[in-house]
Amino acid sequence: MNDIIGLEHWTLARPELFLAVATSLLLLYGVLRGEASTAFISIATSVALIVTAILLFAPYREGTAFASLFVTDRLTTTMKALVLISSAVALLMSRAYFERAQVWRFEYPLIVALATLGMMLMISANDLMSLYVGLELQSLALYVIAAFQRDSVRSTEAGIKYFVLGSVASGMLLFGASLIYGFCGGTAFVQISQALLAGKAAEIGTTIGLVFVVAGLAFKVAAVPFHMWTPDVYEGAPTPVTAFFAVATKIAGVSLLVSVLMGPFKPMFPQWQQIIVAAAVLSMAWGAFAALRQQNIKRLMAYSSIANVGYVLLGVASGTEKGIQSVVFYLAIYMVMNLGTFAIILLMKRRDIMVENVSDLAGLGRSHPLLALAMMVFMFSLAGIPPLAGFWGKLYVFMAAVEARLFWPAVLGVLASVVASYYYLRIVKVMYFDEGTEAIDQPVFSMNRAVAFVSAVLVALFSLLPQPLSAIAAAAAKGLFP
Amino acid sequence: MIGLEHYLTVAGVLFTLGILGIFLNRKNVIIILMCVELMLLAVNINLVAFSAYQGNVVGQVFAMLVLTVAAAEAAIGLAILVVYFRNRGTVEVEDINAMKG
Repeated sequence: MNDIIGLEHWTLARPELFLAVATSLLLLYGVLRGEASTAFISIATSVALIVTAILLFAPYREGTAFASLFVTDRLTTTMKALVLISSAVALLMSRAYFERAQVWRFEYPLIVALATLGMMLMISANDLMSLYVGLELQSLALYVIAAFQRDSVRSTEAGIKYFVLGSVASGMLLFGASLIYGFCGGTAFVQISQALLAGKAAEIGTTIGLVFVVAGLAFKVAAVPFHMWTPDVYEGAPTPVTAFFAVATKIAGVSLLVSVLMGPFKPMFPQWQQIIVAAAVLSMAWGAFAALRQQNIKRLMAYSSIANVGYVLLGVASGTEKGIQSVVFYLAIYMVMNLGTFAIILLMKRRDIMVENVSDLAGLGRSHPLLALAMMVFMFSLAGIPPLAGFWGKLYVFMAAVEARLFWPAVLGVLASVVASYYYLRIVKVMYFDEGTEAIDQPVFSMNRAVAFVSAVLVALFSLLPQPLSAIAAAAAKGLFP
Repeated sequence: MIGLEHYLTVAGVLFTLGILGIFLNRKNVIIILMCVELMLLAVNINLVAFSAYQGNVVGQVFAMLVLTVAAAEAAIGLAILVVYFRNRGTVEVEDINAMKG
């Protein structure tokens, strides 16, 4: 027993513990003080998220804790840092939107913090049980914030759709986990990997279990053919929540997929590689073609996120250190581009009413030259036009895929990105060449404007100097290949 | 003699019924919530059967966690459903169509 309650376990999980305690205390304060506490709690939660991110690195530790339910290494720490940054930024972008909708309540920042805690736990999971609990903590919090604008039909409908399909995904993941447990004799990742190496990998039960687990995780990251909830949920959910979904949950889900597939299921690499390659190619293609006819920009970003998951999965499918490096690199760039894009979408309002069609951007080039410039940087980068950051992300993924001899998926990926560039460039064309009926409101100095410009500067910086970021990604990938 | 395979068969059938119920049901969202519970209970049967068969307690611990989470999930599902009902006045599956495309 001494082994389980030793102090070193608690120090390894210090960031998670801090966030859990901070969230609980703030919740208590909010309940006691009521609505008056909203402003304080939203700032305090952002600060808590940033302090948690600092605790990850000061001091940095690695190892397993709590009877190997929990693991930290370079990869999990990097992923957690990305998740925490995106949660904190998404939270900072939320205030104006919710105040206008008159649902700016103290629960919102706390639920975001709890979802983030769930993401950190699932990134650090080293056992099917901790994986499940972390995943559910994240998912349950996300269902609630999807329906947070509770007077809106679209928001609550998004909540219902996300809840139903998310629960099905959890059920499938769990069914697969129960089969894996039954056939491998344990739920710890180490036990599973040992049992698979000892010959269980060839058994039909473990294969079925693997398929269910991968299907459940593919649902959570919205990879085709498990993407059908994404457009509706992204369109219906409040825009800051959509930004949070598009960035933080993607990073956490992909990180979980990597740690499950490259950890316990490494011995079944040939089996899962086929599934992941198929999902990657389908996601890239569907994300590119289905977005072509979208008018709503949130829906468009949903398909864009499906396509981006396809590229990330291609990196995962290569199964090499280079592949994992490309995944981390791609996710970091994706995070910056998407946060910036959503910051601009949050600024799209006319006469103080939010608008969200692509055509509403018409004339932005003349009325708001700086914003249009930032948006153009994000769109060119998402389209993967050299020398912008998005291009380097795609280049790394395709190089990893080619080195792993995945030639056809890489070629299809390049073709899909050519198709996808049509709708990104259409936004640029609408901004600069279409006549707008009425310009969108002149934004006052706001958090969203700051986020948009900082993101644009970061994209430009990564475009010129991708090496530091790629070195961080390489160090993270080393965590999986000691 | 009832063996492991019988339990697994029952669990498999229940799980399939749960999934079919979700995708074939056109009537009521509450039925979908019940189908989700059915899926989770099928998983629990699996876990407990494996646990008894192998003589280790891990599966039973896992089953307790699943029960706890299922309770939380049902609570949140019903809460979202109530909020939706206030807006639309219906919980028919076919009416949940404000967004399409």
